[in-house]
Amino acid sequence: MTTAIHEIGPKRETSDWVWYAGIFGAAVIGWLAYGQLIPFSEWVTALFPVARDSHSGEAIAFFAYDVPKVLLLLTGIVFVTGVLRSWFSPEKTRAMLAGKREILGYPLAALLGVLTPFCSCSSVPLFIGFVSAGVPLGVTFSFLIAGPMVGPVGLGLLYGLVGWQIATIYLVFGFSIATVAGYVMGKMRLERYLQDWVRELNAGPVGDLPEVKFIFIDRLKIGVEQVREIVGKVWIWVLVGIGIGALIHGYVPEAMMLKIMGGEAWWSVPAAVVVGVPMYTNAAGVIPIVEALLGKGAALGTTLAFMMSVIALSLPEMIILKQVLTLRLIAIFIAVVSAGILATGYLFNLLL
Amino acid sequence: MKSVKVYGPGCKRCETTEKMVRDAAAKLGIDVTIEKVADAKSIAMAGVMSTPALAVDGKLVHAGGLPDAAKLEQWLAA
Repeated sequence: MTTAIHEIGPKRETSDWVWYAGIFGAAVIGWLAYGQLIPFSEWVTALFPVARDSHSGEAIAFFAYDVPKVLLLLTGIVFVTGVLRSWFSPEKTRAMLAGKREILGYPLAALLGVLTPFCSCSSVPLFIGFVSAGVPLGVTFSFLIAGPMVGPVGLGLLYGLVGWQIATIYLVFGFSIATVAGYVMGKMRLERYLQDWVRELNAGPVGDLPEVKFIFIDRLKIGVEQVREIVGKVWIWVLVGIGIGALIHGYVPEAMMLKIMGGEAWWSVPAAVVVGVPMYTNAAGVIPIVEALLGKGAALGTTLAFMMSVIALSLPEMIILKQVLTLRLIAIFIAVVSAGILATGYLFNLLL
Repeated sequence: MKSVKVYGPGCKRCETTEKMVRDAAAKLGIDVTIEKVADAKSIAMAGVMSTPALAVDGKLVHAGGLPDAAKLEQWLAA
């Protein structure tokens, strides 16, 4: 064992230095590249034999501007989020939430849902771990809704692509929906609709994992690891999303957009939810579409409803949760969250 | 002979974790039996909330993400 530590010791110091320099260098290069997005996209568009102000020219320019922009933003956001989340873990979050039924539990769960690292592939053990440790069901739902709904990737991209006003509105309403929906479901006493084996389950005690001691460089490495993993996984969704956004930006006439997604069409909000739920992508893929929709004059409420239902209600996640929730409970979950999304959509269509 | 359990629903990272355990064991010259636990109920019963997680000789040593290679060798050698 001592030899193992000896082997790592000296190597570690040099590599720490390389890590700091590398991250700093990448940040500087990213920053400089971010300033050159417009000249870059114009240069790319000029390579194509189409007029700049034609439909195709507009679409190509949108694509060539958004792809590097979104990938740069995404890398930065995922890195910072990865570093921040290294201070949190599902185990710590569970300890903070256990036994909290009072009104504080719901917003706290929503907040921790944003900050706690977990991947949807482990949402079943996480769900069981929470519920069996005495985290109230409603509070657990607040946690599970907030995680994807107000994730930092979505907020950061919304901020970068659409502006801070709409990002703030999204943050406030996404957070409220997670809190209120959890509260409503908590009041409904839904424990009886868990799958039988979950109710009977007496999960083992928290594995007494040794506390991991991180030094700062470890957190930075976690951030870099997250970038590799998440950006490596979602880039294809980003390209598809921007492609759709570019087509909308270049080819969809504004008059048609106003008719379908304008504030006048009362049915457009529920329609946006119905279209949004089965769409499986993540925040990084949907926000370029949102950007294009808003640019063409789609109503804010309708667009928010679309975006929220794509991100917060996804069919694959429901299928995973089917292991622990009965169909009835899943239906209630979808109904309550959709109600919150519809209310948000109508509110903004009325206000603006 | 060490018995190692890898907890995870079968995602890519779980497979990588298993491979890391094999590599580390081979490097240290230790015999290991690896059991993959993919069933959600069994994962939860073990007190695991984030996967991939690792137990060595029945003791949980790691949860959530890929293990650190150097630490993995320590767990196996201990």
